[in-house]
Amino acid sequence: MFSKKIVSLTLLVVVTATLFVINHFQLIGAYYLQIAQYIGIYAIMVLGINLVNGYLGIFSLGHAGIMAVGAYSSALISKFVLTDPVFFPLNIFLGGVFALLAGFLISIPSFKVRGDYLAIITLGFTLIMRSVLQNIEFVGGARGLRNIPSNTNIAWVFIWLVVAIVMVQMFIKSKYGRATLALQQDEIAAELVSVDTKKTKMVVFGFSAFLIGVSGGLLAHLLSFTNPNTFGYAMVSEGLIMVYLGGISSITGSLLGAGLWTLLVEVLRPLGVWRWIIGAVMLIVVMIYRPSGLAGGTELTIENTVSFFKNIKNWFASKTKKSVTSDNDSGK
Amino acid sequence: MDMFLQQALNLLQLGSIYALLAIGFSIVYGIVRLVNFAHGDIFMVATYAFFFLSTWLLTYTNSLYLVLAITLVLVAAAVSFLAVGIERVAYKPLRSAPKVSVVVTSLAVGLLLQHMVLQFIGPTPRRVPRLVPDIKFQVGTVNIELYQIVIIAVALFIMLLLSLFIMKTKTGIAMRAAAQDSTAASLMGISTDYIISVAFVVGATVASIGAGLYGMAYPIFDPYIGQMINWWSFTAAVLGGIGDFKGAVLGGFLLAAVMVISPMVLPVSSYRDIVAFGILILILLIKPSGLLGKKIIQKV
Repeated sequence: MFSKKIVSLTLLVVVTATLFVINHFQLIGAYYLQIAQYIGIYAIMVLGINLVNGYLGIFSLGHAGIMAVGAYSSALISKFVLTDPVFFPLNIFLGGVFALLAGFLISIPSFKVRGDYLAIITLGFTLIMRSVLQNIEFVGGARGLRNIPSNTNIAWVFIWLVVAIVMVQMFIKSKYGRATLALQQDEIAAELVSVDTKKTKMVVFGFSAFLIGVSGGLLAHLLSFTNPNTFGYAMVSEGLIMVYLGGISSITGSLLGAGLWTLLVEVLRPLGVWRWIIGAVMLIVVMIYRPSGLAGGTELTIENTVSFFKNIKNWFASKTKKSVTSDNDSGK
Repeated sequence: MDMFLQQALNLLQLGSIYALLAIGFSIVYGIVRLVNFAHGDIFMVATYAFFFLSTWLLTYTNSLYLVLAITLVLVAAAVSFLAVGIERVAYKPLRSAPKVSVVVTSLAVGLLLQHMVLQFIGPTPRRVPRLVPDIKFQVGTVNIELYQIVIIAVALFIMLLLSLFIMKTKTGIAMRAAAQDSTAASLMGISTDYIISVAFVVGATVASIGAGLYGMAYPIFDPYIGQMINWWSFTAAVLGGIGDFKGAVLGGFLLAAVMVISPMVLPVSSYRDIVAFGILILILLIKPSGLLGKKIIQKV
């Protein structure tokens, strides 16, 4: 166990250092680097959305608004308050904290309002947020905020992504994580076994908002501008698509969804509008054959991979045996 | 006072359209428990069908009302086929799947429709031909346009027809039964698949008529119109209590009231969305299942 930890830690440090080097000497084309950063940023966002929409099982549409909070607050801080690039990680963190407060706010209606009604409230939050940002002249109004220092690079995205993954993993194994899964199964039953449902919802919404806010901050510092319209209906649906394509209640699924969708949209760019048609059809097909997403409810671990291949082997074995002797032991 | 009456007329006009759209949302939801996020894009497809058919028909005849009637019927029929087709291909395999999977599928269907139109018809905004003669009335000091009367009258007529259909006909009674308890209904010999198809046909028909009426008041449209309509009609349906016919009508008019009144009262018109959604959130916090929605009691 101890050595495993050391190995993975060394690996992380090495990868991060390599990424810093790659970024500094521009060893990889800027376009590919940009795509990789998008994938990382969206993966952090999808992890955040997955906490509420997947693990907690509440259908929320608030992520675009929360992302706007994270993006604007961290951008404003690094533009006006802590302008030195040294503070960049801190600024992103602070953006996440502001988003976390917004998450607490959204969690309050969820105590009482359920299902689609809650979905509308969270959608309302997103749209109110967008409207508010459009009307504040100080943050650029509808034109958006410009000249944000473009501090985001591939290494920082990687670091934040690793932090997000580790945090989510630890959270799911913690006391609140188990309470979250209980809530997802059955809220009343969870309450009966003395799960503090309100507190759990607040914690999950807050944590989810923190991650989404971090991704928003990274996105703003990557593009070096941000605009209220970025965080509208399109972001709401794209976030949902990435979560459900990859798989709900799964870290692997979150990474898979963010990666697949971003690659699809970017790599098939020459196809123009066709790529959206292909993407939509792909999503429908995935939903029909795997209703909880490609990796829904499972994780990619060594044990799972091994058992997956074993299952395939067994399946083939039973097939061949059947065809030869028509024996009845396919259960093995 | 004149201003007030004029705005009241606008409110009725906008409210009738929102109400029709919310009804479509609500009827499908009532039967399948599916928030059909493709509803707005079905509306968008209907607008395009309306545009092409009416422009084509106008080259043959000058009788506006004839064109209007034929277009409404044909577009409703065509869009109903589309909606039932979508249900069969995309939603039916997911009957036993978790609810959110179907919601996401409907989101994908909406995306598909929108981008199909973008690909094959193009993003340029178009203008629906005016199918109602340009006649103005002067009642007191209020200006009334003929198309406004047509919108309100047609919408009210459709609502009346629909409520008669739901309350009196055999199919309507079967629909209400299925909405209450689809398992029990199917044990009574009601074909659930048939009822679901009927719900989608009704939803699509109402959306097509809504599209026709919307085009009279706001003739410019593009492929992105569906998204906006989608969220507004969803909001109206939820506001009134989703799944409830009367609730959808109430929600539609209430939403229109907020949209019409808030720019009059507010200093800056761009605060409209903030106020509209602020009121909505407030109402839902006080009545968590919409204005007329039934409270769902959860059982363990």
